[in-house]
Amino acid sequence: MRTLAPLGRRLLTVTGADDVGAYRVLHVADPDGPSPAAGQFYMLAAARGWGAGEDERPYLPRAFSFLRAVDGALSFMLEDVGPGTRRLAQLRGGDGLWLTGPLGVGFRAPHDGRRPLLAGGGVGIPPLAGWADALAAAGLHASAVLGFRDAHHAAGARLLEHADVSVATDDGAVGHHGLVTELLAAELARDPYAVVYACGPPRMLEAVRALCAEHDVPAQLALEAAMACGFGACYGCVVPIRDGGYLRICVDGPVLDAARLEAVPA
Amino acid sequence: MIEFCGLQLAHPIVNGSGTFDAIAARRAFGEALLEDFPFSAFVSKTITVEARAGNPPPRLWEAPAGMINSIGLPNRGLAGYLEHDLPQLAQLPVPLVTNVMGATEDEVARLVEAVDARSEVAAIELNVSCPNLKTGLDIGADAGSLASLVRTVRPLARKPLIVKLTPNTADVAAIAAAAESEGADAVSLVNTLRATALDPADGGPWLGGGTGGLSGPAIRAVALAQVAAVARAVAIPVVGMGGVACGRHANDLISVGARLVAVGTENFRDPGAGKRIASELKSLQIAQRPATTSNRSEARPEVDVNWRDSR
Repeated sequence: MRTLAPLGRRLLTVTGADDVGAYRVLHVADPDGPSPAAGQFYMLAAARGWGAGEDERPYLPRAFSFLRAVDGALSFMLEDVGPGTRRLAQLRGGDGLWLTGPLGVGFRAPHDGRRPLLAGGGVGIPPLAGWADALAAAGLHASAVLGFRDAHHAAGARLLEHADVSVATDDGAVGHHGLVTELLAAELARDPYAVVYACGPPRMLEAVRALCAEHDVPAQLALEAAMACGFGACYGCVVPIRDGGYLRICVDGPVLDAARLEAVPA
Repeated sequence: MIEFCGLQLAHPIVNGSGTFDAIAARRAFGEALLEDFPFSAFVSKTITVEARAGNPPPRLWEAPAGMINSIGLPNRGLAGYLEHDLPQLAQLPVPLVTNVMGATEDEVARLVEAVDARSEVAAIELNVSCPNLKTGLDIGADAGSLASLVRTVRPLARKPLIVKLTPNTADVAAIAAAAESEGADAVSLVNTLRATALDPADGGPWLGGGTGGLSGPAIRAVALAQVAAVARAVAIPVVGMGGVACGRHANDLISVGARLVAVGTENFRDPGAGKRIASELKSLQIAQRPATTSNRSEARPEVDVNWRDSR
């Protein structure tokens, strides 16, 4: 659930990068780093040119769940949506990358014989891919429902191995024409004895949370937020909880029991 | 070793209040945090009498070469700090400075008395970037209010009392002098610079708290000028901070009169920043020391002789 991180950021080398549909997958050698638990994340910053983008950004490192961690090789999936992801998407083999992690708390195994059911959208794939790998290694087979904007983005679905994947697209170009939560609702109608593991855009996560609450199905949500540090120092990445007050997504999450939240903030 | 208000510290690098949560960091990094602690003293986040949840998000805005935060001083409150946080912070391998803030002199007095009574605490830092309920001015922005506050709480503390100065004032040196004249043992500066950011979508305030504080390299030159002005104005030790990201920045603050240097926002980018900066600073200080036959051979290999040229 939580692998401790080495204290301090470390300079790693990018070993390559490839495009998968609308997404960029960055491969990094981390030979001396610990093996992360599925759902944990890392803080990343390019060693050069960090701060050289629009508005003299980025300045802060960016938080990313790992997509895959095998034998000291990490991979991350990103989409160029701002100065931080843009700079990271430019990295090529041989470039330097500052990295801190693994950080946060990952997913917890299904309990009481419930089946694992993964639900994701867009850049929410990585923690689910890592979790599907871990479940498969434990002999548990997962079903997954993934939502995307269009066919170009839906190409990212192939990054989730070790699960039976159903896809929904907003424009109907691939798979179900509609929302991923419609696929999830069908899955829960078929067999509600499940634990849902979800990651994706806030509105999708909120719909997943509400659906699971309605069906009385436990859910673990991997949340995302802008973070300055990733290890509980800045108190910037908070989410309000049902009991009042806030949790820090970086140290109390990023995976939280859906039952702790009144709603996933937009 | 470096002497600060009677404390013997291993090196001059500490953390700025609210920029490193040692309890959370221990959850992330484990016992390595205690074995390799980045700072020579640990400054707690600000403690208030009552517990605070903090400001509604969003709390962060990335600025050019820095960030604006509007966190709102979340903390467990005095009782929660004493019962829950203090025993954990007492396990750190370095002296503990507890930072406190109150909305009234009575509140600050209560905090100072309670914290001063605890043996785990080595020194107390007053966060005076808090509006005076009567005048609406930040206490730390007004020499009269600040002098009155320090006069009230000074006799209540047997431990060293550090006043954390706000840069959001016309004459920070005059404020520092007021703190010194009422018995402050040290001053620390700068706190964040008041700043705001607009929501690109609707032009309204981005931060849940409305306005926030700017920190990071963006404020380094401002901080250097203010630390220099304060160091000229007072005889008590000065803790300098503002945008320090490497040993050279720390060395600059020491050059203008800081006794200690606090690292703040750089901790967010690198949880090991304190240790790295202390090591870089040591190399620079060895390089600057007048060469003698005894230290020349040991000093040379550690020194980047080009650092002055790269400024």
